[in-house]
Amino acid sequence: MPGWTRRATAAGALATLGLVATGLRSRTAQAAIDQLQLFVPAAPGGGWDQTARTMEAVLRVTGMVKGVQITNVPGAGGTVGLPQFVNQWKGRPNALMVGGMVMVGAVIANKAPVGLQATTPIARLTGEFEVIVVPAASPHQNLESLIAAFEANPGSVSWAGGSAGGTDHILVGMIAKAVGVDPEAAAYVAFAGGGAAQAAILGNQVTAGVSGWGEFAEQVKAGKMRALAISADKRQPGIDVPTLKEQGIDVELFNWRGVFAPPGLKPEQVKALVSLVETMAARDAWKAELAKRYWTGILLTGEPFAKFVAEEIVRIEGILASLGLA
Amino acid sequence: METLAALGQGFLVALQPTNPMWGFVGVTLGTFVGVLPGLGPALTIALLLPITYTVDATAAFILFVGIYYGAMYGGSTTSILLNTPGESATIVTALEGHRMALAGRAGPALATAAIGSFVAGTIGTLGLTFLAPTVVELALAFGPADYFSSMVLAFVTVSATLGSRPLRGLAALAFGIWLGLVGVDLQTGQARFTFGLLELLDGINVIVVCVGLFAVGETLWLAHRASLRRASIVPVRGSLWLSGEDWRRSWPAWLRGALIGFPIGALPAGGAEVPTFLSYWLERRLARRPQEFGRGAIEGVAGPEAANNASAAGVLVPMLTLGLPTSATAAIVLSAFQGYGINPGPLLMESQPQLVWGLIAGLYIANLLLLALNLPLVGLWVRVRAIPQPLLYAGILVFATVGTYGISQSPIDLVLLYAIGLLGFLMRLFDVPTAPVIIGTIPGPLAEQELRRALTIAKGDPTVLLTRPLSATLLALALTALLVPLLWRRLVRAGLRRG
Repeated sequence: MPGWTRRATAAGALATLGLVATGLRSRTAQAAIDQLQLFVPAAPGGGWDQTARTMEAVLRVTGMVKGVQITNVPGAGGTVGLPQFVNQWKGRPNALMVGGMVMVGAVIANKAPVGLQATTPIARLTGEFEVIVVPAASPHQNLESLIAAFEANPGSVSWAGGSAGGTDHILVGMIAKAVGVDPEAAAYVAFAGGGAAQAAILGNQVTAGVSGWGEFAEQVKAGKMRALAISADKRQPGIDVPTLKEQGIDVELFNWRGVFAPPGLKPEQVKALVSLVETMAARDAWKAELAKRYWTGILLTGEPFAKFVAEEIVRIEGILASLGLA
Repeated sequence: METLAALGQGFLVALQPTNPMWGFVGVTLGTFVGVLPGLGPALTIALLLPITYTVDATAAFILFVGIYYGAMYGGSTTSILLNTPGESATIVTALEGHRMALAGRAGPALATAAIGSFVAGTIGTLGLTFLAPTVVELALAFGPADYFSSMVLAFVTVSATLGSRPLRGLAALAFGIWLGLVGVDLQTGQARFTFGLLELLDGINVIVVCVGLFAVGETLWLAHRASLRRASIVPVRGSLWLSGEDWRRSWPAWLRGALIGFPIGALPAGGAEVPTFLSYWLERRLARRPQEFGRGAIEGVAGPEAANNASAAGVLVPMLTLGLPTSATAAIVLSAFQGYGINPGPLLMESQPQLVWGLIAGLYIANLLLLALNLPLVGLWVRVRAIPQPLLYAGILVFATVGTYGISQSPIDLVLLYAIGLLGFLMRLFDVPTAPVIIGTIPGPLAEQELRRALTIAKGDPTVLLTRPLSATLLALALTALLVPLLWRRLVRAGLRRG
């Protein structure tokens, strides 16, 4: 019976949309999206949730939509929420799910039955590049010295970061590969939540730490941690830290976040969502929020974004396999 | 002196006309959130985050810390009255508190919890005001090896909750550790005991274990007993207020609880549960009449409740001095800072003195408001026990179910809730203590993770546990705590025989 109800709801939604489409053809595309529903496959407070709430604020302040409703379905790097979004939200023309690189990794590592391929990619919105730090008291003054120690004896350099298989671990794996060390030999120490990892670095308990720039930025500014490299493609304005590439390690990594629509949408519905997101990303209010949160705007929409997602799935699968996680 | 001046400034901020109102809203909301099983301060604050777009920063943070402190107060109420702790930090309170309520002493139990929370909350806040930079330096000295050893020390406290049958208690402890291991292993990314369910990959929420074991388990147990014979409701006997003897027995326990809770709360991986276990164990060891423990000893309520609240203040130490989010609530409060364009870090106190000191002053005010709110409520709460039990526990079941569903909207969590509840019922039926399950679920997996972190850092060398001075000291303490009472009993028995 639930299957029937679901189908009926979807049919109803489509019928409603059909009416809207025929009746209000003269109005702009955004008018079809009066009430936006944001699906966050994570608990309140995390990066995806903050993305959704920032979107909500900008969309409401600028009056682009009348209302935004946020639904949180947390669990397992988004792989609990993803099937629910794909199956139960199918065909909803006013719904977006927030997701990103972490979900690509989680789908692979958890061998989840539903992947991001099942959604309709709408836009990549933001990216957070990573930073490699050492404690202020560390003997390593630069990346070269840290990497030399790592190459000489991989086990003696401990890296603190988030959970195994997450963005931080992936970066360590990529660096290891780039300098010719077996990624599995890296002494990666996983911490739950940023606070515990930061404490271990500040307390000089580990050799190095890896995390999103935003998480460590204040510690670096206060001189409690020394930033050796960032994983961005080029120097970032206002941040006096060289990139990995500049220092001879050909690695680039953005923890990107974006939005996805459910499957089963008509091309014009997809277009409406893309244009809504594009308009939002062009607003000053959105740019101000990005700066506040150390997010880099790396907008990519529609077809090119779908292609990017497909490439990311292949790339991350390869890295996770080399870490023994896929 | 500088601190005092800054604090004075903080009070000026916190006492601006509308701010105490926000504080009051916060503590009231927090108290109810604490009373309702399943709902916690982290979720509540997260839901209130949009307020940061309309209200100024100081007011919002006064509201948030009010909720945070309030939830710590409220949690004890259901533990004492109904033996259904709504959160993990008040499980120990139920051990003695509910016994007191059964004996008609719910009033004094609630009163010692409320006053103890106030005393410890104030001590903790004083610690935060004057000692934060020192405490945080000590806290950072804790590495994974030291954490592991402190968890070993926490496991010693299980001995206080085992009851008369140690083997059954240890079985409950092992079961708790197993429950805690369910999910993806943080260090290797491998799923353990998840039976192919994606919903189990993040592990079993401690709140689900807690509410299932206590709220659901207790309800089933009472229903079962009621079918055997008429349930008897013990009316409130004697005074609602603390007697002279209650005061004498409570205040040292409050102070000890606060002294245990504050530093452990300040540890980046300390938490609020371990200090309550330690305090309970300590009170039991120090009690003049240890035989009263398990039958409603007031120290067993006063100490852990104080420890719980002091640790809440401790959690704010790394948050305000270093910008470290060391608990779910702290993480959400920090993300609220970002909503105001403030990036919390080690310079927070220097760059935002108004806000930080306003927040700290808000804590003192929240504490006072909570005492003023909770003491009169004692009279009201004890009447809860006059509600016919079938109605009361049916209501608890409804709240437990709704609250659990509210955490994750996951049907799997509801199945787990009732499965664990059934288990809680069976444990009561076969006289297996339930508290050790929680001692296993919380420090168990923490100890495992810390040990593996320590070994990874030390390239697999286990002697790191003995070569680090902090770790070695903690292990020695654990060993002493375990052996001294045994030896002491031997000696006393030997002495008795001779005498």
